[in-house]
Amino acid sequence: MRLELVKRKERSASMAVMSPLVAVGLTALAAAIIFAISGVNPLVGLYEFFIDPLTERWSLEATIAKATPLILIGCGLAVCYLSNNWNIGAEGQFVVGALFGSALPVLFPSFENALTLPLMLIFGAVGGALWALIPAVLKTRFNTNEILTSLMLVYVASLLLDYLVRGPWRDPDGFNFPESRIFSDAATLPDVFGGLMSLATPITIVIAIVLAIVLAKTLKGFEIRVMGESPRAGSFAGFSAKKLTIFSFALAGALAGLAGTMEVSAALNQLLPSISPGYGFTAIIVAFLGRLNPIGIIIAGFVLALSYIGGEGVQSGLGVSNEIASVIQGLLLFFVLACDTLILYRVRLVTRKVSATTGEPSHV
Amino acid sequence: MKKFLKATVAAVAFAAAGSAAQAADLKACFVYVGPVGDFGWTYQHDQGRLAVEEHFGDRVETAYLESVAEGPDAERAIERFAREGCGIIFTTSFGYMNPTIKVAKKFPDVKFEHATGYKTADNVATYNSKFHQGRYIIGQIAAKQSKTGTAGYIASFPIPEVVSGINAFMLGAQSVNPDFKVKVVWVNTWFDPGKEADAAKALIDQGADVISQHTDSTAPLQVAQERGVHGFGQASDMINFAKDAQYTAIIDDWAPYYIHRVEEVLNGTWESHSSWEGLAEGHVVMAPYTNLPEDVVAMAEATEQKIIDGWEPFTGPIIKRDGTVVAEEGVRLDDGAILGMNWYVQGIDDELEQ
Repeated sequence: MRLELVKRKERSASMAVMSPLVAVGLTALAAAIIFAISGVNPLVGLYEFFIDPLTERWSLEATIAKATPLILIGCGLAVCYLSNNWNIGAEGQFVVGALFGSALPVLFPSFENALTLPLMLIFGAVGGALWALIPAVLKTRFNTNEILTSLMLVYVASLLLDYLVRGPWRDPDGFNFPESRIFSDAATLPDVFGGLMSLATPITIVIAIVLAIVLAKTLKGFEIRVMGESPRAGSFAGFSAKKLTIFSFALAGALAGLAGTMEVSAALNQLLPSISPGYGFTAIIVAFLGRLNPIGIIIAGFVLALSYIGGEGVQSGLGVSNEIASVIQGLLLFFVLACDTLILYRVRLVTRKVSATTGEPSHV
Repeated sequence: MKKFLKATVAAVAFAAAGSAAQAADLKACFVYVGPVGDFGWTYQHDQGRLAVEEHFGDRVETAYLESVAEGPDAERAIERFAREGCGIIFTTSFGYMNPTIKVAKKFPDVKFEHATGYKTADNVATYNSKFHQGRYIIGQIAAKQSKTGTAGYIASFPIPEVVSGINAFMLGAQSVNPDFKVKVVWVNTWFDPGKEADAAKALIDQGADVISQHTDSTAPLQVAQERGVHGFGQASDMINFAKDAQYTAIIDDWAPYYIHRVEEVLNGTWESHSSWEGLAEGHVVMAPYTNLPEDVVAMAEATEQKIIDGWEPFTGPIIKRDGTVVAEEGVRLDDGAILGMNWYVQGIDDELEQ
């Protein structure tokens, strides 16, 4: 006897929309059980985790601020994944983008005028795109596996940052501590709505909406989707898989690099040996949770950010371990993938007596 | 569904009432960089927090956030505590310095204490301990005990605190054996048992038979135990993880400082300062000397007493690797030179990124 996954003849359109909601519901249920096991009233735990951060303005702002880089990176990754390019290295593109973007305020601190910020943002996007083009070119030229190359370049990027912050870019007035000089006001992305959120949030939302329209309404969007679903059909239509690989990696890298520059400019205000708590990796979850759709990604980014802020809330308020937040995030991805699988496939129980070729095995 | 909602509301209301009922005079909050179960740096800070709870009983309530990444997460965690009514917030990692200063500006009535940094404000104090005093002692022990004349040193990040620790260790070792060698491996992490264990293995393979660490996990000591060499506990007494391998440990005891500062907030006498104390004040404590012959224990205890009586391990002659004399015979380095140290003393087998 064994379990078998059988491809469904047709997919339910309503379930495709429902599945993330079902996944969130199942996650909440599992979270409740975990809270109960760790000795916390599950209802109080769920409230503190999922609802309480939404009840106060500052925590709502903190959630949106945390979601911002996740959304921007996730949007770029969605284009990669839609077109069958497995860019796992957004974390590295984020870091290299931040380095390019920071070059101006770190190396030329006296360059302070209206051009400082726009130039930083452009450099950041270019830096991230260049870093992403390495695995893209390796893939199109030498047929290397982009999953490996993009992932490995994450470590190269982090160590490059580490080297610069401890060495040539170290703050001359910083007592040898590993940090760059603090950016001038001209190099700092302005805050919006009071303090926790910066201009990065509106910029991100605009980019997500533009990308949603491009994907849904334009030829480029059609090309991306066709090449992802059926590269053979796409090539008959005259689309080039190689060009699309270059395009999607460059776009994802540019958005990750822009996110990195905005994070460094607004939130950190300087370079540190570590500038990302894993945004580039978490954004992969965000991209899939958002159904690889920019509008979905906005919502998904918010949900995941909520899980961080809520995780801190239960920790400080109820004294629960912070690992709970990580467990709940993991469960969320698990349930999303499980629900997706069940949309495409159904499970049936196969008894050993029936041979596969006769079709119609008995199922329970 | 309605019932469920009602139950939720009731439960939440109950929880709110519950927390309001046990209002203490002061809430002391702690932000940790690692997990409280690291049995090293963060574990010791949490022991300090528990000591505060025990000392003040119902008068002081505490809360903590663990594994808070340095950067924007830290700023948010600190701000959360400030908003949740914490009267004093201890931020226990170097990377929390600028976030602490930023949040402190927004909340002038809350007291902030930042460990191991150098920026202060009216409501931000800094505190650290003279760990290098302990490192001098373990350097002496290493030189006495090593048969190969080589110690391995697992270092985290090349910041002044770590560099001065390596130098103090070397000066201690050279006071016993002028030809003693120290091999340094940088692991670029404060806590990563796998990396730390690999570093320990590599150092042992290179001939080190005493391992010293400036990282927080017990892994290097456990490797030493397996391989039949010796080492020293870091931040907390790690003897339970390496019964035959640990000679002693440099224990960070934050409890006296935390209790003292919380007391001052309660009395209204808290003021910003930069605290940097060591063995004499009990902020640095040597774990019991074990697995050592009597004469070595006697030597270590004598050095410990000498330091408690006011002697500074960074007293000349101190010569840099390139031969420059930093301090002549009998001259004591000032605090600034120790706190900003970015050079090695002669004899260390490693290059320091300048």
